[in-house]
Amino acid sequence: MAKSCCGGSADTTQIVNRTSCCGGTAGGTKTSACGGTSGGNTTSCGGDAKDLSVDSCSEKRRFSAPWVTGKIATPAGLVPQIATKLTFKDTLGSWKCRWSIGRMNYKVEPGLYAVGTPDDNAPVLVTANYKMTFDRLREKLGGLNLWIVVLDTDGVNVWCAAGKGTFGTEELVDRIGAVRLDLVVKHRTLILPQLGAVGVAAHEVRKQTGFRVIYGTVRASDIKDFLANGMKATVEMRTVKFTIRDRIVLTPLELVGAFKPMLLAFGVVFIWNAIGIGHYGGLDLAGIAGAVLVGAVLTPALLPWVPGRAFAFKGGLLGLVWAIGFLLLCGLPFAPVFGWLKSIAYLLLLPSVSSFLTMNYTGSSTYTSLSGVDREMKFAVPMMLFAAAGALILFITGDFIRLFGGMII
Amino acid sequence: MKYLKNVVTLQYDSELCTGCGMCLDVCPHRVFVRSDGKVAIHDRDACMECGACARNCPFGAITVKQGVGCAAAVISSFFTGGEPGCG
Repeated sequence: MAKSCCGGSADTTQIVNRTSCCGGTAGGTKTSACGGTSGGNTTSCGGDAKDLSVDSCSEKRRFSAPWVTGKIATPAGLVPQIATKLTFKDTLGSWKCRWSIGRMNYKVEPGLYAVGTPDDNAPVLVTANYKMTFDRLREKLGGLNLWIVVLDTDGVNVWCAAGKGTFGTEELVDRIGAVRLDLVVKHRTLILPQLGAVGVAAHEVRKQTGFRVIYGTVRASDIKDFLANGMKATVEMRTVKFTIRDRIVLTPLELVGAFKPMLLAFGVVFIWNAIGIGHYGGLDLAGIAGAVLVGAVLTPALLPWVPGRAFAFKGGLLGLVWAIGFLLLCGLPFAPVFGWLKSIAYLLLLPSVSSFLTMNYTGSSTYTSLSGVDREMKFAVPMMLFAAAGALILFITGDFIRLFGGMII
Repeated sequence: MKYLKNVVTLQYDSELCTGCGMCLDVCPHRVFVRSDGKVAIHDRDACMECGACARNCPFGAITVKQGVGCAAAVISSFFTGGEPGCG
């Protein structure tokens, strides 16, 4: 049990009394050994998110990670030195996250790390403990000598964690205290990713720790130039973009998200067919699958070129184009393979599906505001529900007309 | 890429502003520009309400209702009753 939570190589004599605290799920109440909420130098390794103590479990994990290449001695103790070249496993890990495989538990142990052979004058970067974030940063730091403070953001990237407050003033202040950064470097400057500003108040950090926060660039790829520039970011480095590559790389996540409700719907349709009422097949599947692809992949990819501003509108518009195309493919208007009831149903349903999925893509986008999303949803969601309900009634009506020997209308 | 017009909750009070320029640094969408030793809202509709400017203004000159522009978060908050946030 102890092994599974503290990493295989952990010294058993040290962790033997922590078996109940290392795994987050063990036991209802914490034993006294687990301490828990105290922020001091306790030796707890409890499941508490705010456990900042430098305990042996997390220390072992920090030094035994595959990307650690050595150790650097500092007045505050040994610091793991990390690779700036990614391995195949790192690349595979990123790819898996894009497809939502193990994405919620892809983490780096929080704490201090060294890149190259930094001294007490070396710059200090701060980042989140999402493994993909950590990789995107370190792969850009080849040839540099600096320190990295990894905050505990629960495996979430900088921007999202800052929005939640986990990449925040409190965690930063506590973490630089826990790693004893004041002993490691002589200067008092921290370089934060610019998007971390959402959760961190620079003036508060200075007040509480004496460290001055400088917001670096939005993208890790600009860090080298930023440092070479005397820690000055250009307007370009400060601006968030949303390129076609950025947009497409996030679409698998939307597809995976759409997959579950789709399976559920197909299950229902399968039963509907099996009891002899429904008559749905591969063609219907193609229509729906097309609408999903249009809403979750095509519209996001073509986002700036699709007319309109509201995401639900953009998705609905391309969904309507797809619905019309689908009906033409099905032989309308001269040699239709199904009747007009079903045709109208698809004209209502397919744009709604696309619209909903593109609306959900607001969460992946880099420029939508909550007020804006609120406003478009107030209009779009009732429209979608109305259209989908209408489509459902038409489908069922058509099915029953057919069931009772009526013409396929 | 521009989102909806005239929806954001961003407010700037030039009386409180000292022109330190922190908001110019942290804004990811160039909403502010320097103006007469202070700043001005240059592109209000580009604001995504991330809240970085307000949080990092030492003088409280900026307010914005911080939130995530995410429909899935709005939907889940509708069912759970909380504030919209990432899952």
